[in-house]
Amino acid sequence: MASETTSTSLIPELKAESLETLKPLTPSQLVWRRFRKHRMALVGAVGTILMIVFIVGGSIIVPERAANQGELTERMQPPAATHWFGTDSNGRNVFNRIIYGGQISLVIGVLAVALEVTIGTLLGGIAAYYGGWVDAIVMRFTEAMLSIPSLFLLIVLSKFLGHNIPTLNIFGRTFSGSVGIVIVVIGFTSWMYLARIVRSNMLSLREMEYISAAKSLGASNARIFFRHLVPNTLGIIVVSATLGLAGAILTEAYVSFLGLGVQAPTATWGNMIGDAQSFMSQGAYWLWVFPSLFIVAIILSVNLMGDGLRDAFDPHSSRHL
Amino acid sequence: MWTYIARRLVQALFILLIITAVVFLLTHFSADPMSQYANKQGMTAADRAAIAHSLGLDQPLPIQYIKWLGLALQGNLGDSFFSRQPVVTLILQRLPMTLILMSTAEFFIIIISLILGIVSAVKQYSALDNIVTSFSFIGFSMPIFFIALGLMNIFAVNFKAWGLPYLPTGADIWNHNDLGALAWHMVLPVTCLVIITVAGYSRFLRSSILEVLGLDYIRTARAKGLSQRAMLYKHALRNAALPFITIIGLDIPFLLGGALVTESIFAWPGMGRLFWEYALRGDYPVVLGVLLLTSSAVVFFTIIVDVLYTLIDPRIRLT
Repeated sequence: MASETTSTSLIPELKAESLETLKPLTPSQLVWRRFRKHRMALVGAVGTILMIVFIVGGSIIVPERAANQGELTERMQPPAATHWFGTDSNGRNVFNRIIYGGQISLVIGVLAVALEVTIGTLLGGIAAYYGGWVDAIVMRFTEAMLSIPSLFLLIVLSKFLGHNIPTLNIFGRTFSGSVGIVIVVIGFTSWMYLARIVRSNMLSLREMEYISAAKSLGASNARIFFRHLVPNTLGIIVVSATLGLAGAILTEAYVSFLGLGVQAPTATWGNMIGDAQSFMSQGAYWLWVFPSLFIVAIILSVNLMGDGLRDAFDPHSSRHL
Repeated sequence: MWTYIARRLVQALFILLIITAVVFLLTHFSADPMSQYANKQGMTAADRAAIAHSLGLDQPLPIQYIKWLGLALQGNLGDSFFSRQPVVTLILQRLPMTLILMSTAEFFIIIISLILGIVSAVKQYSALDNIVTSFSFIGFSMPIFFIALGLMNIFAVNFKAWGLPYLPTGADIWNHNDLGALAWHMVLPVTCLVIITVAGYSRFLRSSILEVLGLDYIRTARAKGLSQRAMLYKHALRNAALPFITIIGLDIPFLLGGALVTESIFAWPGMGRLFWEYALRGDYPVVLGVLLLTSSAVVFFTIIVDVLYTLIDPRIRLT
């Protein structure tokens, strides 16, 4: 009798009320619970939020004029109390430019990823859903685009789109039309991996019973695709989109660094570094160190977040449960 | 096996056809090679038409593409619009420099990422592992020009200012046949490439070793009393190395294209810079030629890697 009580006390007690409150978790709650346990992912999420607060809040305090117009008497000043990150060759405040450049970089990243996800999901989905020769053609096209070194493809495409650049007026602010071109270029050159992942995932989903059930109920192709296949692939898409955001910001930096991206006077972190290159030998480190640090910080944060999401969405990972 | 290879080869040709057609279209509409003659003094419309005719620009686009393709199949990639040199000659001038740079970098990349990957997997969660992992995470999130400009600032600009022996930025003129000068100019670009690539590779290797170390046959090896060293090198590494070898194999053809950003920062006369300089001017025979070379390398290397994989790993069957 005594031994029996000690053995049961080792098992966690399950009281009646705790059983009632123990409702099954929805998939999104499960994801959030796994994500929460991932320490580095939380660091990444906090870092991303801080960065957004910085570039949005900063633009409320600092007017855009202060970023794009310089004091010609204050050119090439090293960091000081009046201008924390120094000034550039036009006397513009680097700190202010980082705020506005960050907005452009982030907007480009988000919109490029939206384009990437749309193209990748549609092409991957179409290839998986229709199969046969549609699949063969779409996947050969995907492979062809993957076989071109990505920077080469970016350059060819931005040369193609970039020969007449309009100016856009959105929300009372003037943007160089090159912002739109950069978004299209990044979106069109980054969808391939996503298309492959979506295809392979949907290939297995297609064979499930509930899809045949939906078909026999007379659901249209579009309905099956958007109501059944896409929601069940959402985890993969969200993870790819998050990691893709980091990739898109990095790509924007590369394209603008090479001078093919966003044109002056609109600042982005990439073109600030590109412009800084000619002042290297004068020792003007502040022109490229600060934008670079911001790029590294945001990409690192987004990547950490994406890694956490990948583990959280993976139902096989029990590591963090 | 042979039918598999034959099928893949047919697919490869189809892929190359898509690549060349897409790039041909894109480059054709992105720049007008005649624009350089637009404002030339003493040139009449008839002269311009004659030049356009001699470049074959007055023919319909599909004809131009088929003509280009036919010549390309015979190993003639046409002439550059601007320098009027054959594209093949231009590529052959630049290819050795890219191969020297990239193979040196790749050599250090493989050795360093092997060491870092193995050490951080075996000593998981040790201080060293944490340092390597955070370093690789940061390196992974870093644009290569940040490292390039940073190293250049320290070792070329500051060292010069401090009167120390300094590394060249590439802005100077040097003899490419002088081995000493070549090695000296290669230090900075190779270091940048190594840092960036090792970050990704070592993380990849670490996770594939950790995955293997968790498998049953490793526990069996431990249980039968094998030493840690024998278990690691004879059993674990063999399987963990497979995916690592694959990504290296798949990355090698991309080396032919050179490192565009690194080459342009350090003024390295390689393929990346060749592409960059000529693409900016809209010289599309050169652009097409470089792309055809690198993409063919990528496409055929993928097939070779897939076939070799079955030889290394008998569990995999080709279908």
